[in-house]
Amino acid sequence: MTIRDIVKLLDAEILCGGENLDTEIHTACGSDMMSDVLAYVKDQSVLLTGLLNPQVVRTAEMMDMLCIVFVRGKRPEQNVIDLARDKGIVLLTTEKRLFLACGILYTNGLGG
Amino acid sequence: MDCIRLEYDVDGENFASAGNASESVKRTLKQMGVSPASVRRVAIAMYEGEINMVIHAHGGKAVAEVYPDRIEIRLQDTGPGIADIDLAMKAGYSTATENIRSLGFGAGMGLPNMKKYSDEMKIESTVGVGTTVFLRIDF
Repeated sequence: MTIRDIVKLLDAEILCGGENLDTEIHTACGSDMMSDVLAYVKDQSVLLTGLLNPQVVRTAEMMDMLCIVFVRGKRPEQNVIDLARDKGIVLLTTEKRLFLACGILYTNGLGG
Repeated sequence: MDCIRLEYDVDGENFASAGNASESVKRTLKQMGVSPASVRRVAIAMYEGEINMVIHAHGGKAVAEVYPDRIEIRLQDTGPGIADIDLAMKAGYSTATENIRSLGFGAGMGLPNMKKYSDEMKIESTVGVGTTVFLRIDF
């Protein structure tokens, strides 16, 4: 699926990176623990998280991820959005909770 | 052999800027045409080290030397030191505070992760004096 499909499926709002919505995505991971993302994630290109600090964007950048989805209606501060924009990472926010958001993407064909 | 030497001050007071040095190294390696897989190993290992310096040791100095076939990274801090290095290397062991965990770190995966992604890792530490971590990653 594409990031555009994720926006539709999760009824998400685009915070930045709207020009990259047609990027193809195959796998995702969900975690509030960046240490675990760094330790266990392999080639996942989307991170779903409820954590909002700048290190979420840094972690995604180190892992070559393309998109971060903030769950539970969370919204990062402007400096986090600016950092993501600078790195070319798409930021989305959805009202859905982490389990539900992951489940929707998984049942629609996104792998783990 | 000639190498490119990159030096950074890691600001221990600024959590938001943690990762700047690793990002800069990542960018440099990319520009040099190092394979994406190697670049990612370097980025993760160094970023874990940099985060450690900020959350445990009030920052320090990071020096990266890039050779045609490898990178050597030294992360030096004057923090509290590590009393039991074997214990610190155990996956899941962490001395991080609740505050650090709430920021998404402190799962006790930092040092094991650095070892996993590097080809050589050495830790020298003296309690009350500081810690130096050496990492070598072959391309």
